Amino acid sequence: MSAPATIAPSPAADRIPARDRLFSKANFAKTIAGGYIPLVLATLIVFLPLAWMVLSSFKTPGEIVTTDLKILPEQLYGQNYAEAMTTVPFGRFFLNSAIVTFVGSAIKVTLAILTAYALVFVRFPFKNVIFILILVALMVPPQVAILPNYVLIAGIGGKNTLWGIILPGLGTAFGTFLLRQHFMTLPSSILEAAEIDGAGHWRRLWRIVAPVSLPSIATVALVTIVNEWNDYIWPLIITDRPETMTLPVGLTLLQNSEGNTGSGWGILMAGAVLVILPVLVIFAMLQRYIVAGLTQGSVSN
Amino acid sequence: MSKLELDRPVAVAEGAPPRRPRWSARSRRDFFIFLAMALPNLILIAVFTYRPLFANMQYSTLDWTLGSTTARVVGLDNYVTFFTSDDAPRVLGTTAVFTVFTVGLSMVLGLLVALALNSKVRGTTFARAAVFAPYVLSGVGVGLVWMFIFDPGYGVLAWMLRGLGGKSPEWFNDPQLALTMVTIVYVWKNLGYCAVVYLAGLQSLPNDVMEAAALDGAGAVRRFWNMALPLLSPTTFFLLITTILSSLQAFDLIRIMTPLGNGTSTLIYEAYLQAFGAYNRAGYSASISVILFAILLIVTVVQVRFVEKKVHYA
Repeated sequence: MSAPATIAPSPAADRIPARDRLFSKANFAKTIAGGYIPLVLATLIVFLPLAWMVLSSFKTPGEIVTTDLKILPEQLYGQNYAEAMTTVPFGRFFLNSAIVTFVGSAIKVTLAILTAYALVFVRFPFKNVIFILILVALMVPPQVAILPNYVLIAGIGGKNTLWGIILPGLGTAFGTFLLRQHFMTLPSSILEAAEIDGAGHWRRLWRIVAPVSLPSIATVALVTIVNEWNDYIWPLIITDRPETMTLPVGLTLLQNSEGNTGSGWGILMAGAVLVILPVLVIFAMLQRYIVAGLTQGSVSN
Repeated sequence: MSKLELDRPVAVAEGAPPRRPRWSARSRRDFFIFLAMALPNLILIAVFTYRPLFANMQYSTLDWTLGSTTARVVGLDNYVTFFTSDDAPRVLGTTAVFTVFTVGLSMVLGLLVALALNSKVRGTTFARAAVFAPYVLSGVGVGLVWMFIFDPGYGVLAWMLRGLGGKSPEWFNDPQLALTMVTIVYVWKNLGYCAVVYLAGLQSLPNDVMEAAALDGAGAVRRFWNMALPLLSPTTFFLLITTILSSLQAFDLIRIMTPLGNGTSTLIYEAYLQAFGAYNRAGYSASISVILFAILLIVTVVQVRFVEKKVHYA
């Protein structure tokens, strides 16, 4: 809408009404009111609770259990973090979460790449039926599956084990769908060259298709990593011993021991920082891919 | 190497594969390569996504405690109990209120934020990332942060209300306030998704048409109501469906903020409480899961039918 102002040289500016002219007083006020104020407001609504979390995690119990609230802690009180670590085995939770996230995501992404490649490039009967079954699986929420999966995994000894946490989530409809859609758009010429060279499917996949699809694969990987890290309902159900709990489940344990005391809020905020911060850092660095991956479908619809 | 084998792979996936004269060595090899590549994933999806749907239906006919090796077959008794007891109005009512308010608020506020993000000022890229951020954060962590804010004793909200001469309501003990609180936090966490999707919709509006309308003297408000909003209807419909589906599956915030489900027991949370909470009624829980799945299925079918009709619209 500002196109005329930017493209047209100065003579054209005369024809634009004064109120629309760049840097006019009215325009300036409009920009502030219509542009910046809503933006700043929206950003603050997101950041203030998170800032409050970080600030509170450095406050002493005395600064939290008070009616005379101060915004900033008097000094950086690190004891909350130390206490969160000792009340419950937080280091262990962190390690478990890291293992579950890394192993789970690596396998899921690999499976997604392989399935998507097979669906697009390998000859097989009833491929469309298989693809529809994957699409339908995309619509089945994991929450309605927890009871039967619990019975199965507990039955084969997966309770309170890391593989028991990882296994049921390994099948990936989301990643397969997203990568298949991307592979369909690849120009056939790059594969024809490889085929003439006599390269088999395996080499074509890892030498050509995967490298040229890195942004899409990164999108799938990042969304998967974030989901695995945040996953709550399944690890909550399949673990009841601290040794195998992941971070979100461990936070629940911490809440049980520190909640309702008032002074425990500092410790709980320290715990919340530990679960939120890694994702926030990854998001800050790679938000383009994550946003694109999570809002997929809105474009194709 | 025959000419056929140089066919575009894309065409193979889209239409019928080119008919091959015989079951050649090449086809046979492809057959096994396909299985080797896709089967692990397909088996996992079958076992952990499809099987539970049918298992739930079977469990729902049982009077059964989790961990017990014996169960009594009770037919449709669990469903009858649900629909004839207080549970149906309570759980379905909570689910409806939670879904309507979270969906409505996320979409309206999301659209407003999208309009702000669509303005031509510096910093929109940063703001877009910022409002989206809560959507990717751990529900457990977010729930704890907001519990502290809502804490009637030492929360910052209580402090502000005291400053205004008021008193903090009992967010956690009053069932209706608990539902209000969880709804607010859920909207905070999810409206960034609606905002970003709406923003993409706004940016794909035909620029020339909007500008022509502006030149014809249509004000910003009229352009929004009479042009942008109708043109955005596919986006609105998409968001309506996806946010309904995710609200029906909301678990993390409810579990961490209101563990007993006092006033916040939606279908998914009631199913969890019945099987894994204090009730120990696994069969009953399964019947609630089946009901929830039926609702999700209906919403999805509505979407598919609608999209089919409107396929050339977007």
